[in-house]
Amino acid sequence: MTDTSVIEKPRNQWADVWAQFKTHKGAVIGLAVFIGLVFFVSLGPFIWTKDPTYINPNAAEMIKTRNKPPSWEFPLGTDQLGRDMLARMMKGGQVSIAVGMVAMSISILLGTLVGVMAGYFKRLDGPLMRLTDLFLALPLLPLLLVMVMLFRDPLARAMGPEGGTFLLIVFAIGVTSWMQAARIVRGEVLALKEREFVLAARSIGTPPRRMILRHILPNVVSPIMVSATLGIASAIITESALSFLGLGFPPDFPTWGRLLFDGVDYIQQYPERVMWPGIAISLTVLSVNYIGDGLRDALDPRIRGR
Amino acid sequence: MLDAAKSQAPLVQVRGLKMYFPIYTGLMRRHTGDVKAVDGVSFDIMPGETLGLVGESGCGKSTVGRALLRLYEITDGSVVINGTDVASLGPEDLRKARPQMQMVFQDPQASLNPRMTLADIIGEPLNEHTDWNADRKLARIYELMDAVGLNRRFANRFPHEFSGGQRQRIGIARALALNPRFIVCDEPIAALDVSIQAQVVNLLEDLQEKLGLTYLFISHDLSMVRHIADRVAVMYLGRIAELSPRDALYARPLHPYAEALLSAVPEPDPSRAQTRNRIVLQGDVPSPANPPKGCNFCTRCPKVMDLCRSVKPDLVEVEPGRMVACHLYSSDSMTAGSTGATEAKERSQQGESL
Repeated sequence: MTDTSVIEKPRNQWADVWAQFKTHKGAVIGLAVFIGLVFFVSLGPFIWTKDPTYINPNAAEMIKTRNKPPSWEFPLGTDQLGRDMLARMMKGGQVSIAVGMVAMSISILLGTLVGVMAGYFKRLDGPLMRLTDLFLALPLLPLLLVMVMLFRDPLARAMGPEGGTFLLIVFAIGVTSWMQAARIVRGEVLALKEREFVLAARSIGTPPRRMILRHILPNVVSPIMVSATLGIASAIITESALSFLGLGFPPDFPTWGRLLFDGVDYIQQYPERVMWPGIAISLTVLSVNYIGDGLRDALDPRIRGR
Repeated sequence: MLDAAKSQAPLVQVRGLKMYFPIYTGLMRRHTGDVKAVDGVSFDIMPGETLGLVGESGCGKSTVGRALLRLYEITDGSVVINGTDVASLGPEDLRKARPQMQMVFQDPQASLNPRMTLADIIGEPLNEHTDWNADRKLARIYELMDAVGLNRRFANRFPHEFSGGQRQRIGIARALALNPRFIVCDEPIAALDVSIQAQVVNLLEDLQEKLGLTYLFISHDLSMVRHIADRVAVMYLGRIAELSPRDALYARPLHPYAEALLSAVPEPDPSRAQTRNRIVLQGDVPSPANPPKGCNFCTRCPKVMDLCRSVKPDLVEVEPGRMVACHLYSSDSMTAGSTGATEAKERSQQGESL
């Protein structure tokens, strides 16, 4: 009945994942918006070559160009020191998106690692979960303050002021935001561990390492995706809060969060100054959320193909 | 067939298997007791034989099956499969011993990883235990799919796309992948509807004939066990009550519990169903955390004696090939002259006339 020559070989699952992802309208739009934002912040400065930190040294000229509304010369207007908002948005976006992505990756990596270890290995469960509780109980801002105090100067010396601060901020946000992910993942792993297919894999003789990679992780991908997409948003916001407190990047160094806080003082007179970074942050978070949503559906074979 | 099997050494030898699950209570999580899921079980399975394991829910059937494959760390006892004591192997040796013993699980939905394709699922044992290249693995996967009656086109599909019976076939194909000698079938048909049950059981029988497999067939479906098993062990509360050849057990159960259990099998003929003697047991199964002092069945046994409440009966051979754990058949109670003993004599006389 079946001719073996016509049977296709087991194909790569990623083709199916992409095919399903394409059917999720929101995810495709989200992906397009996100790619657009990345192009805007990374390639934009090559087209719009104004210096984002340029302040006219001539005080009279500077005062004339302060707080300009959008015009052809300054498409998004200027800030209170006459710096071009469009250039600042581009420069700030680079940092904000990079901080969001890297900090989120660190926190998800840590959270997943701790969660899987605690859920899968009974021996580690107690110590790791107490560690998680410890981190949850720590007052984060004083902790961040201490970290910045201790490490900013050595890191700045080693990697330059911007690189050093970036590393420090990303690391600080990463290690203080993995706890939620760890708890969620642990709960899922505990439930999965008792499922019969894990027992079946044990009866085959699959060692724990491959058991986790092959059976546990693919099945906890949904909660990880959700906390990852939410994590980007909170990382961007935390970075801006840190900058606001003077613990993050230097005050003249633009990030979306920084622009937002600078604009808050002028929200009555120049509301667009708050809106630009606000819209950019919202768009990033929203598009990443939709991408995560689509990816989660695409990775689940039970939903795929509907 | 039994006589032929007798001459060989048993493939599976279980001695004094105990599986206790500890109970921790109180604020300090102190160890205050054990759930004695399996409490001293011994049996042999000959090569090529099917041993049925029956009993009501919670009597420890599945635990025996899982403990045999060392899916649990057993409390005490020995499990010798094909000459190696599985119960005492180290992790790496155990991994090497895995291919000869496999398991078919109860719930075909839960026993397949929903995120793996059929080819990945059946191929997992090959990935773990062979260093074949992709083509050879694929050839073996197709061969296995043919063996269990799955269309080769299904290799790319996911478990949720199959019916219950097909899923169980996937589970069987996975168990067969490494050419095991011994397969524990843990209620493989309980989650399937009746027409599919017959298909799966017949598939298991065909495979046994072709590949010379040895099964431990765990089930609560007595008529299905009658169909497939050569010998049947009846379990009650973690212990084997009776271990007899199939025909002898179904014709004339010796242990009162086996008798009650078999009387519960529905009789298709209405006229015979009206006249048959249905034994309805009173009360509930005692908690396995706190079993009775004497015979585990003494709280519900219709033929209970004083001796039953104080001394646990051992599983002894009372007739050739028939092992029973009951004081009714031990020599002590015969001479005690209780009502139970006289009845036992009557019963054995009936047995001779059969």
